[in-house]
Amino acid sequence: MNKFIAAILLLLSFGAAAAEYSKVQADSSTITFVSKQMSVPVEGAFKKFTAQVRINPAKPEAGVAHMVIDLASIDAGSMEANDEVKGKSWFNVAEFPRAEFVSSAVKALGAGKYEAAGKMTIKGKTMEVRAPFTLKEDKGVLAIDGAFVLKRLDFGIGSGLWSDTSVVADEVQIKFHLLLK
Amino acid sequence: MKQVLAYTRTAIALHWLIALLVFVTFPVGVIMSDMALSPDKLKLLSYHKWLGVTVFILLVVRLVWRVAHRPAPLDVAMPHWQMLAAKAVHVLLYVLLFAIPLSGWLMSSAKGFQTVYLGVLPLPDLLARDKVLGDALSALHQVLNITMLLLVIAHIAAALKHHFVDRDGTLVRMLPFLGRRTSK
Ligand code: HEM
Repeated sequence: MNKFIAAILLLLSFGAAAAEYSKVQADSSTITFVSKQMSVPVEGAFKKFTAQVRINPAKPEAGVAHMVIDLASIDAGSMEANDEVKGKSWFNVAEFPRAEFVSSAVKALGAGKYEAAGKMTIKGKTMEVRAPFTLKEDKGVLAIDGAFVLKRLDFGIGSGLWSDTSVVADEVQIKFHLLLK
Repeated sequence: MKQVLAYTRTAIALHWLIALLVFVTFPVGVIMSDMALSPDKLKLLSYHKWLGVTVFILLVVRLVWRVAHRPAPLDVAMPHWQMLAAKAVHVLLYVLLFAIPLSGWLMSSAKGFQTVYLGVLPLPDLLARDKVLGDALSALHQVLNITMLLLVIAHIAAALKHHFVDRDGTLVRMLPFLGRRTSK
């Protein structure tokens, strides 16, 4: 009898471990960012994006992600800022409406941390980025949380007068919080 | 003749320092509010906040000093209502010099922009981000400022009238060097 229960538990745990998550919960997932303006951290968010992610917490190294961000959905902190950052010198959403990230590899960093490497394309420029993240499973929901620093000027985001990094810092912290079922 | 100061040197210094800062902070506020978003606007916004916070700090010092060092009573003959009006304007100016920076600080928090004094010292956000509240505090900041502008005009006009029309020693109390020159 005890053996039987043990076998079931083993099966259950195997089943859980083998679960692959791929349904991104769009309503509860977020992509936010923090920029520094005159040393003041200002929070923003992209309200609309699609994320195709497939990941198995038992072997995250095999995970893949493809994200497309609708840049016009930006909330940069104020209406005035929202209008400004859609313009030519920032994202130029009329010409480049979307930003795209395609993962190429995931590696374990140890202590429950992983890192996704991939290509980020914004405003027609593609750069290699690395984003460390953590995984947390809870009641059939997998939370992927991570953050990385992107240098806006690498992509020509905020050119001309706005390239003055003493006003708006070059480094922008991007944070992602994805919930998968 | 040795002058007996009605106000201490510290009180006089604080009065003029705050006056100077307000004379800079106010127009910076008006100019930046009319500007379209640009790096220069962001700079002015920050300078405005730093100046305003400095006024706030100096005002607190000034009020503490005022309590500890009461000025000599004004020994000038004038109608009772004028005395009352002068007192009322002084009290209101103190209140506004306290409330204006405070409303600016709260407004910034409500609008989601923390105030980082001189770019190094983050002030706590006493309010969470709330657009409606932010707009209301912005309107309050503006109304308080217009009120202060009117009171400052009255304050200056009265000081000048005392000095040039009544030729009494009211302004000299706050500007002792004027007295030295005329008593020679
Ligand atoms: C003695 C102190 C201050 C004075 C005399 C002052 C004066 C002003 C004036 C005249 C304006 C323009 C109002 C308009 O035309 O709409 C303004 C705007 C503004 N002030 Fe101040 N201010 C002071 C302190 C502060 C402080 C401490 C802060 C924030 C920490 C602040 C934040 C702002 C902001 C954000 C605006 C932009 C207007 C808006 O968004 O509605 N001010 N201020």
